[in-house]
Amino acid sequence: MNHLPQAWGRPRDEVYGAYDHSHLQTSGPTQHTQQPIVTGTSVIAAKFKDGVVIAADNLASYGSLARFTDVKRLRKFNSEVVVGFGGDVSDMQYLDRLLNSLDIQENYSSSEDSLNAKNLHTYLAKVMYKRRSEFNPLWNHLLIAGLDADAKPFLASADLLGTTFSAPTLATGFGSALAQPILRRTLPDEEAVAGVDKEAAVKLIKECMKVLFYRDARSLDKYSIAIITKDGVELKENEKLENQSWAFAETIRGYGTQVN
Amino acid sequence: MSAMFSLAPPQGGPGYSFNQTPTTAPSGQRQHGFYPYTDNGGSTLGISGADFTILAGDTRSTNGYSINTRYAPKLFKIGGEGSDNKGARIVLSVVGFAADGEALKERLDTIVKMYKYQHGKPMSVSACAQRLSHILYNKRFFPYYVHAILGGLDEDGKGALYSYDPVGSYEREQCRAAGAAASLIMPFLDNQVNFKNQYVPGSGTGHDLKAREAQPLPQPHVEDLVRDAFTSAVERHIEVGDGLQMMIIKADGIHETFTPLKKD
Repeated sequence: MNHLPQAWGRPRDEVYGAYDHSHLQTSGPTQHTQQPIVTGTSVIAAKFKDGVVIAADNLASYGSLARFTDVKRLRKFNSEVVVGFGGDVSDMQYLDRLLNSLDIQENYSSSEDSLNAKNLHTYLAKVMYKRRSEFNPLWNHLLIAGLDADAKPFLASADLLGTTFSAPTLATGFGSALAQPILRRTLPDEEAVAGVDKEAAVKLIKECMKVLFYRDARSLDKYSIAIITKDGVELKENEKLENQSWAFAETIRGYGTQVN
Repeated sequence: MSAMFSLAPPQGGPGYSFNQTPTTAPSGQRQHGFYPYTDNGGSTLGISGADFTILAGDTRSTNGYSINTRYAPKLFKIGGEGSDNKGARIVLSVVGFAADGEALKERLDTIVKMYKYQHGKPMSVSACAQRLSHILYNKRFFPYYVHAILGGLDEDGKGALYSYDPVGSYEREQCRAAGAAASLIMPFLDNQVNFKNQYVPGSGTGHDLKAREAQPLPQPHVEDLVRDAFTSAVERHIEVGDGLQMMIIKADGIHETFTPLKKD
């Protein structure tokens, strides 16, 4: 037992060893983000003939701990763009503030047209690339969904290295391994986009969210989904996964206590 | 910043244990966890002829074993008018780290366009080639992680092709393969374009053997060589595939073609 009040309620050194202060450096060089802390998992999106569907669950994890279960990771920028954030949540909140100030700036400017999805993707990609070049990355993988200057569906990605690419379907994080193959079955190429309507695209995305919930341990059955068309953004932030079937679970062997 | 928030007991005062905990960080820098580069795979290739230059690249973009997208062009028109580079006569191909490639393209394109505004004439390929070398060399200590190939027509209207390493060393060549499958394509090009290891039939044996002289190849033949090089590379390299983009630079402009490749 220790008589010093600072020690009360703390792990005892005799039992747990001295605290390693290298984790709490009080001096030394300025620290940049070297790893994400509170993270969001996959964002998935697919184009269809009139627009884009994008979805992400409402979970922010702290390592393996499901820390915040009501975090909205889809951000509506204006009536034709939605940004989906995977990765570090604090960096997402920084980008959210940045987009807010950009939006205000744009609304005060005299330019007639508002920023479209392509403009916003270029902007965010340059922000990401600049920060990686300063060795101070924003630890996110973004999907930018919306309409381009010709009101055609637009979907592109930008990550913490500033890498950019575009495809009829995109998925970040775990989704790139689990959801992307399912999405590509329906939308293998740009030509296939014209043959998919809104209902089919939403159904496809919901199916992928279900697969992700089944197999991604850092996921949640509560998610946000946004549909961007010429008529504007339809954003729902409190969707619940439907028609889950865990019937497959009992056929899985080798992880539990079963003998065979 | 970390000094603002500390859970450690007050510095200098009594610690919360009799055996004092270390309050200073162990010596030696902690390792940075952020690596600013990645390899996006893919391959590019350029061949110059008597009155044309062909640049080609596959359109797959990868990250590890994942395919980012099946269509991400690695060929960019440089100069000309506006964002679609109307009337351009120079093509840049970049392979390696795609974000650096994009940044490099953007810089060179701006410079070439500014040159035309300032001098009232389009930039020559040789000048553009040297400028590209300088851009790369200027970032010598934080390089653009790309292998660039620049193609166009020189002052005499002959095909001009320049290849670069990431820090700006460059050379004018007849042909060059770069990127993931460069080691597969380059030996094929050495043999089929520069006729390496080919000898004139009946010229003798041993030291009497006469090497077959390299000469500029006709355009349809070069196009066939490019397609063969890529279809073969696709078979043996997982990062190459999906589509083949070709740009043929001639006196009347840049002709662009797209050929599907295997998507597996």
